[in-house]
Amino acid sequence: MSIFINNDTRLVVQGITGRDGSFHTKQMLAYGTKVVAGVTPGKGGQKFEKAVPIFNTVAEAVQATGANTSVIYVPAKFAVDAVFEAADAGVRLVVCISEGVPVLDMTRVMPFLKEKSVRLIGPNCPGIISPGQAKVGIIPGQICIPGPVGLVSRSGTLTYEVVYQLTRAGIGQTTCVGIGGDPIIGTNFIDCLQAFQDDPATKAIVMMGEIGGTDEQNAAAFVKAKVKKPVVGFIAGQTAPPGRRMGHAGAIISGSSGTAAEKIAAFEAAGIAVMKRPMDVVELIKARL
Amino acid sequence: MNLHEYQARELLRGAGIPVPPGEVATTPAEAKAAAERLGTGKVVVKAQVHAGGRGKAGGVKLADTPDQAAHVASKILGMKIKGLTVEKVLVAPAAQIASEAYVGVIVDRGSQSPVMMVSPAGGIDIEEVAAKTPERIFRTRVDARYGLLSHQAMALAFHLYSDVALVRQAADILQKLYRAFVDAGGSLAEINPLVVTPKNEVVALDAKIVVDDNELERKPAIEALRDVSSENPSEVRARHANLTYIKLDGDVGCVVNGAGLAMATMDLVKYYGGEPANFLDIGGSSNPDKVVAALQIITADPNVKAILFNIFGGITRCDDVANGIVAATKQFTVKVPIVIRLTGTNEREAVRILEGVGMKAMTDMDQAVQKAVEVAKKGGAAA
Repeated sequence: MSIFINNDTRLVVQGITGRDGSFHTKQMLAYGTKVVAGVTPGKGGQKFEKAVPIFNTVAEAVQATGANTSVIYVPAKFAVDAVFEAADAGVRLVVCISEGVPVLDMTRVMPFLKEKSVRLIGPNCPGIISPGQAKVGIIPGQICIPGPVGLVSRSGTLTYEVVYQLTRAGIGQTTCVGIGGDPIIGTNFIDCLQAFQDDPATKAIVMMGEIGGTDEQNAAAFVKAKVKKPVVGFIAGQTAPPGRRMGHAGAIISGSSGTAAEKIAAFEAAGIAVMKRPMDVVELIKARL
Repeated sequence: MNLHEYQARELLRGAGIPVPPGEVATTPAEAKAAAERLGTGKVVVKAQVHAGGRGKAGGVKLADTPDQAAHVASKILGMKIKGLTVEKVLVAPAAQIASEAYVGVIVDRGSQSPVMMVSPAGGIDIEEVAAKTPERIFRTRVDARYGLLSHQAMALAFHLYSDVALVRQAADILQKLYRAFVDAGGSLAEINPLVVTPKNEVVALDAKIVVDDNELERKPAIEALRDVSSENPSEVRARHANLTYIKLDGDVGCVVNGAGLAMATMDLVKYYGGEPANFLDIGGSSNPDKVVAALQIITADPNVKAILFNIFGGITRCDDVANGIVAATKQFTVKVPIVIRLTGTNEREAVRILEGVGMKAMTDMDQAVQKAVEVAKKGGAAA
């Protein structure tokens, strides 16, 4: 089992002929993901790698191939329109990898997605992988193996680090979700925690947070109230100075709010086992499986 | 990106909000001339730096005459506020104020929408109001698809004034402020204080706008307002090289791919008793030139006693990073020891490249961080 993507995922790639889109589409195909269509306006009728049909619009792609999930690799300034297009075309899940999306654009698309009941993951995220079934995005497939741990994270390479530690210790994953480092994102910790709680194959959950905002604090309260499975957590940014954006647009301590200390305290109060170092994930998870 | 007060005032004036006149001066003589041109008698001279608490720091002073304006400008220009040198002052008429209010708009993470805020307790930092008298702040969530509607603006303005003539003026300003915020690509726009003059006119006395960096590519007119003199030179250089760099006070220089991993690396340096010298994210698709630029920036910091590379290759190819390190050491002498951790895509190729020039690479993050801290503690003597 898994959350959000699985063997039934039929993927359309928006921006399939671009530099990033084409590179990662090859990787997703090699992993076994059912990439059923690509979209690049003006290249409709062609084929990607002689196998994947390309369409001018997402609506045509969905109609012709039954795609139910979209992944977006277009430049940031076109990304939100691509999200609108995908949601309007009828896919159920949109994964937006693009980094640098203006936050005001996000405030316009979020109410639209809610009305359409479409889930967005990202933007500014590495995507999602259900090991052995499908990967949508850019998470390296070779560092993951199937198993009982669900992982949700605001970061990319830090996620890889932790997944890699688990995999090397022989501990596999149901699904790893990178929810993205922006201030406004489509899927948050609580959405993933709920899904992992409902997924019978997930036996323990790893939550990788960072400074900025209050999502981790809200997630901690949710864990205490609703999550019956063991949760292990990490917060990056203990050494980050206030008022500075630490790479991710959302990773900023505003005034005295959003600090690592505040989030770690919230985790501990909710009974979440807190890793002091990324490598601690192995021992903490082993003790809880 | 932060805008200066005088820039924010111009944007608001352009949006049709009543803003008193004012001029920017970079010398005492210019300040005097500005005060003469304003011809209003008493003026206020305000430091233009990207720092709060300018008044408390002595960066805002009143002057009764143009000569006095020159005098106070000479005190303010060149002074340091929170480490930033004052290069410019704003000269504006000293307003007669009947009342002070706060109005502002932010992008709220919780509700995922713009939120318009007003408070009758203006003139002081809104965070202070939020902490001490939160019941004096009134908020309205804005559906970004429709913007701030008239009735929403009126309802907010009624929290500020009871005289309907003032309410209508304030509501009009709120809607214009919202539009200016969207046009500038703001993550925050505020007027504090919004004042009522003795003639019962509502005017914006001070303005602040923070722009979402992700908007700058499509808003060249806003990008043109960037004041490079107010930024750390190394950080400017990093931005030109498409790197994210933030200088800190420690001695372990860090070069990492990915923001989350970069923060976790800094935290681990601290965990093992060291102090990180910087945050530096070389980004996803690494090319060797970025690595060269990163090393140039880090070695320019005299505090750095050891440099730690922590690369988890995904899209980033470890061999690209290795080639960058080798290229950098050929272009200039790196005097401090470099500790390298590489794992993932093309790791073996990277190790071969580094060994070719007598460098070593580790594969474990924890061990590499410990090693870098140890080397820095020895004063960077032996790698």
